[in-house]
Order: sequence, then structure tokens, then C-alpha cells
Amino acid sequence: MRTRLVTVLLALITAILVIPGPAATADEQGGEALQGQIRNPDDRDQGVEGIMIQVFDGADEIGAAETDSDGNWAVELPGPGTYRVVVDQESVPAEFSVRETAILVDGETEVEVEANDQRPLIIALESAGGGDEPSGAQSPSDTDSEGPGDDAAAEEGDVAPATGGSFGNRVIQLTAAGLLFGLVIAISAIGLSLIFGSTKMINFAHGDMVTFGAMVALVFSSGAAGLGNSLLAIFAGLGGAVLIGAFLETRLTRTVLIVAQWSSIFAGIVLATVLGVLGDSVGWEVPLWIAAGIAVVMGAVLGASMERYIWRPLRRRHVALIQMFIVSIGLALILRHVILVLFGADRSRYAGFQIQEVVRLGPISMPPRDLVIMGVSVVVLVLVACLLQFTRIGKAMRAVSDNRDLAESSGIDVDRVTLYVWGLGGGLAALGGVLYGLNQVVQYEMGFRLLLLMFAAVILGGLGTAYGAMVGGIAVGLVAMLSTLWFPSQLMQAWALALMILMLLVRPQGLLGRAERVG
Amino acid sequence: MDILSILAESVRSALGPIAAIYALAAIGLNLHFGYTGLLNFGQVGFMLVGAYGVGISVSVFGLPLLVGFGVGLLCALVLALLLGIPTLRLRADYLSITTIAAAEVVRLVYRAGFAEPLTGGVYGLQNLAGGFRELNPFEPGARYGIGDLTYTGTHLWTMVVTWSLVLLMVGLTWLLIHSPWGRVIKGIREDEDAVRSLGKNVFAYKMQILVLGGLIGALAGCMMAVHQASIQPDQFKPQVTFFLWAILLLGGAGRVFGPVIGAMAFWFLMSFTDGLLKYLGSDLGLMPFLDGPDYGALQLAFAGLMLVLLIVFRPQGLIGDRKEMLINVK
Repeated sequence: MRTRLVTVLLALITAILVIPGPAATADEQGGEALQGQIRNPDDRDQGVEGIMIQVFDGADEIGAAETDSDGNWAVELPGPGTYRVVVDQESVPAEFSVRETAILVDGETEVEVEANDQRPLIIALESAGGGDEPSGAQSPSDTDSEGPGDDAAAEEGDVAPATGGSFGNRVIQLTAAGLLFGLVIAISAIGLSLIFGSTKMINFAHGDMVTFGAMVALVFSSGAAGLGNSLLAIFAGLGGAVLIGAFLETRLTRTVLIVAQWSSIFAGIVLATVLGVLGDSVGWEVPLWIAAGIAVVMGAVLGASMERYIWRPLRRRHVALIQMFIVSIGLALILRHVILVLFGADRSRYAGFQIQEVVRLGPISMPPRDLVIMGVSVVVLVLVACLLQFTRIGKAMRAVSDNRDLAESSGIDVDRVTLYVWGLGGGLAALGGVLYGLNQVVQYEMGFRLLLLMFAAVILGGLGTAYGAMVGGIAVGLVAMLSTLWFPSQLMQAWALALMILMLLVRPQGLLGRAERVG
Repeated sequence: MDILSILAESVRSALGPIAAIYALAAIGLNLHFGYTGLLNFGQVGFMLVGAYGVGISVSVFGLPLLVGFGVGLLCALVLALLLGIPTLRLRADYLSITTIAAAEVVRLVYRAGFAEPLTGGVYGLQNLAGGFRELNPFEPGARYGIGDLTYTGTHLWTMVVTWSLVLLMVGLTWLLIHSPWGRVIKGIREDEDAVRSLGKNVFAYKMQILVLGGLIGALAGCMMAVHQASIQPDQFKPQVTFFLWAILLLGGAGRVFGPVIGAMAFWFLMSFTDGLLKYLGSDLGLMPFLDGPDYGALQLAFAGLMLVLLIVFRPQGLIGDRKEMLINVK
């Protein structure tokens, strides 16, 4: 078992290494420098070009730089010391002005640079004449000394709540937006709740499974070349191995089974390498709804193979639950940053769904894509509810979720049901990711941000109950959106989490949970 | 760059101020998890309130540094009480979710627009280290050390102070854990119900340890503010907590010196993999598919892999005792 785990991890690493990525750019190291990025306050993905920045040591000018098309600038310095930095106000486009901060007055500031310090300097713009900041999130750089320097662009609260109109109108608009957001949370959170129910484990990697779905759909809908094909091949291999493991387990001997699974995974990796080498010559593109389908299948494979090759072996070794939490945090870190390396840190959107004519339904107006998201979510939630309520496997899932030991002793193959739960959860998480990405932006940290709201949803509804996750998700979405009526939109996540803490105080078992002694 | 200079750089960061700060925060986490079995996934929240206690006092109100430390510790005390009252009576998994959520809420509040007059919003606060650097007995610009292993005077001063604090806290942990109070704490980790049946107020003990570990975390945050001289809310993302967990598990949870050994080993490994990747990638051109920022991401993925492998193969860490790690959620 131990060797198998190691080999799986090694295989995953090799797989990551053979997938082609963007070409490398040399990065210079050593010496002192000042650097930064100036972004457009109206559209934070855009830099502002052509702003002159001069650096002085006392009265001597040491260097000057002009921002490039992405807004980046850098000035090499002769050594450590204190320097005066001046932003040339003339070169700032007329529609912007330099934002005054505590240290940056009149476009001038003093900075202290230490030896070998590539110090980032924050220079922000604001729309000229308007001192009011829409969300105050154009932090151009990050002085984080240990993390990657590129996650500064991540900011919370990018959902623009409906503005304008009377109070009643805004309430209705925000209720609709909250319902939409809540449905997306509910879809993603069902898996989290079912997984907790059947294994008593909190899956901290669930948020990154959401991101995975959104990213995969983005790749296939915007033209899959080497990267998409390789990923598809690897997941086909993994999926084959899981299926072989699940369905031929009783018919084959142990050795044959292991060999068959390994050859499936290995064939996937070989195919991925070949496709990666072929690269862009095998390019194809599908509409978003097919891409979403592919993403759901791949998400299910991801969930199922995590259960089959990581969690099941760990359970067999009787690893304690706390340790399992930590493993899932480790997996979340791996997944998130592998996604970051493969797909980049840019914030992107699904093409073709951005600018849409708003449809008016009585007092509510929303773009057709949001209506589609709501429709798809409702249909999927009803289907999942039917699956859980009426089919054999659904009943088995609820039974295992309710009481694992009792289910096992009444003849349910608990391991197999858990595998299905993970597959279902992974697929739903991927679907949630696509819908969330369609509504907002696709970015490598989107899932982690959603994860906290999913936690709030499952605790609110009752840990381990699928219907609770649905109710809780919608409640969390509504609370988050409606809080923007009175409070800043940056805090909407905070209100949802506050609701969760309140719930823990009054009714720890959640809305639909059964009262039992907790703690 | 050659292998020797990568090694020298790794040793430098293993002994450097950042490792010391993380060791300090991990000592707090060790009290929570290693000795009491509390699943605190929000240690970074304590660091944040500590750092901003210093930041706001020094930068906005112009108070002396020591007052800033006091404010930071006070904020951590309040946060620990707020966190503990609803969750310490519940099961361990609820505590883990609540702490991770609370740390994020604190970060969101500190970076929000309405708090900007106090916290500087997303831009954070700067020029915090004046008072600390005035006390520096070393020459700030000069380099101290042997061979490739040198530190500037400023860093050396931070290192001396922070590592002294680490030793102080290690001593405090030892004394506490070997006291009757510490035996109750370890008893709670082993079997909460047994301790309760002996007539001990488990909730009060848990609260005391949550506050104590939180205060040590806040102290680490204060030192972080002083070391960097500037703070931004986005430095306090949940991954800092995950680093602390990796440090604790690497060193060995439930051991007095675990966090210290862990912090040194962790930063050595992080720096070494980073240096090696950059050496293989940029200098030798062996990894043409990696972009500049990807190295940082791979480093974080590596931290995750380290967590997974440690739990699977050596849950007790470098110097831990396997029996100490057989803690289970009931």
C-alpha cells in the first residue's frame, strides 16, 4: 500500500512535468531595484502605459523608467540606501491622477532599500476628480516575501451589486442575485456535505476542485491544444483505472487488477506526453456547454481517483481524522498551485457571454446567461434530489451518510458508495465552478474563496445532509448579497461567515441536522 | 549560482528572521494542537491582529513601539475569546472550520475600504520599524557573518530579538507543560471526557490555552511588522497557517523544540527547492516550460506535498514521539 501511494504521487508529478506550458522568460536576480505595476483603476486587468518614474539619490537622478503596456516598471539601483521616487504627473493620462497615500504625497515618496532587495513600490491611480474608490483593490504589487508575487491581483468582493433604483427595486434585484449565488454555492456544497457524511472528513480541497472545473471548461471552450489534450489523456487514464478498480475487483486476481490499473494510468501518461509533444497541431474547440460537460466528467474522475488512490488507502491504514484534514489541506495546496502553474494567474472570462442584452422579468432584470445559470442549477438540484430520494444508489448514499457502520452491517458496499459519493461530489463541484465562472471571473483562487462560503452553507444546513447543503447554500447566497444593501460589498463574505458562527452558537447541528450531542 | 551558494542561501534563510517569526507562531500552534489537540486553522488571524496592533499604534497614532506590542497582544486576547466562546464546546472539526473562517473575516475587515483610515486598506501600513531600529546595536548597513553566510546589521538585530523570544517561549512551554496545569492540558488531548469526569472545567482550560497560543501568535505578528517595516493584509492569507502546520508537523507536534526544528528545516527546504528550481530552470535552461512566477507556485505546491507525505509516512515529524500523535477526533 505504501509503495502504491508513493508511485501514484510520483506519477502525478511526472504527469505535471510532461505537460507543456508557456515558454520561459529569464528572470534577473541579484542587485537592488525598485519595481512595480501601475494598473488602470477602472479595469484592474489592464496596465497603464507610458508613465514616467524617476529615482533620485539626494539631488542626483539615478534612473528613470517608463511603464510598459502592462503597466510594469523597474529601476535598477546602485546599492542599498534611501531614495526619492518621483512620478512624473505630466505623463499620467489626463483621465487619471496619482492616488495620495500616507507615504506618497504629490507623486513623491522616499523609500529605503536594503541590500539585494527588489523592492516593490505601490503607486496607484484613481479616476481624476473622483476621490471615491469603487472597491480600493488595485494593489499593484505584493511585498509578500515567501509567497509567489503574483497573487496580489486576487481581491474579494468583485461581485458588483445592482446599483441604482429605489430601495425596493434594489431589494428585489439583490434577492435575485443572491438566489443565483446561493444556487451555485448549493451545487458545489452538496458534494462537500455528502463526503463529510460518508467519511466524516472535511475536504479542504473541495474549493480547488471547483476551480479545476472552471479552468478545464475554459481551456476546452477557448481552444484546446497541447495542454487540454494532455490533461484529457491523463484523466482518461485515471478514469479507466478507477473503473477497472471498481467493476473488475471481484473478477480479477489482485495482481492482475493492480497491473491493469497501472497500465491504464501509464497509457494515459504516455498518450499525454505524445499529445504534449504534438502540441498545437491537434487543436480543437467546442461550445461552452460541451466544455462544461467535459469538465463535469473530469471533475468526477478527479474526485473518484482521489478517493480510490489517496483516501481509501489512508482509511485502511487507520490514519486519524485530524491527520486526514491536514492531508486534504496539503492536497488543496498542491491542486491550487498546479492549476496556477498550468493555467496562469490571469483572471479570465468565458468568451462570448460577456456583453448581453438584459432581459426584464417584471421588476427583475438580468442577462440571459444568469437566467440560464439559474435554470441549470435548479434542474441539477432537482435531479440530484431525485437521485438521492428514489434510486438504489442514492438511498445507499444517504444511508452511509447517516450511519456508516449500520449501513455496512446491512449489506451496503460502503467503499463503493463512498467512491460514487466522491465522483458525484467532484462532478457537481466542477459544474459549480463553471457556473460560478460564467457569472463572475475564472481565476485560480476562486474556489478557495467559495470554499469558505460552502463551509458556511453546510454548517448552516447541517453537516452531512445533502438537502441541508442546498438550503444552507441558498441562505448563505441571499445573506451575502442582501448584506450589500447596508454594508460595503467587500464584507459580504464576512457576513455569511458571521451567520455560520451565529448558527454554531444557537443550533450547532444546523437547520436540517438531527439534534445530537456534539462535544 | 552553484550548489554551494544555493546551500549557503538555504542555511541563511533557515536561521534568518522569517524562520524565527514562523517558529514563534508555530510555538503557539504547538500549544493548541500539539498539547491540547485543538484544531486551529486560523493562527494567521492572531498574527494579523498582532501585526496591525503594532502598525496602527505606531504608524497612525504615533505611539511608542512597546505600546504597539501591547495593543497587538490585547487584540489577540479579544479575538481568542470571541473565537473560543462559540466553538470550544463543540467538536474539533467545527473549531477548524470556524478558525479558518474567522481568520479570513479578520483579513477581509482589515482590508476593506471603510477601515482604510486606520488600516490603510489593501495598501497596508508602512514605516513601522523606526523605534525598533533605533535600538539596533549593530551597524545597519554592514554585513556580519562568515563566508557566504552573512546578514545585514538590521536583520541580525531582528534575528537576535526574535530568536531570544523563541527561546523564552520554548522555556515557558516547557515549564507550563511540566506543571500540574500542563498535565490537565495533555489529559484533554488524550481523553476529554476522562478529564471532565475528574471534575476539571475542560472549557476553561481550553480557553486558557487558546488565549495563550494566540498571544504567542500575535507576538510573532508584531515581530513580522517590525521586521518588514510594512504590512499588507494580503500577507496574512490562510496559506501562512498551512505553512505553520507544515512546520509543526515537520518538527514534531507535542515536542517543546518541535516548532523550532521544524521552522529551520522548513525554510531550509523551501529556500533549497526554490534555489534549485531556479538554478535548473534559469541558469541551465532545463525547464523551459516554467515561467518566472511559476517557481513561487511550485514552491507552495511543494509545501503541500510535504504536508501529505509527512502525515502519511512520518506523522510524528523529525523529533516527535509517535504516541503523541495518536490524537483522534471523537
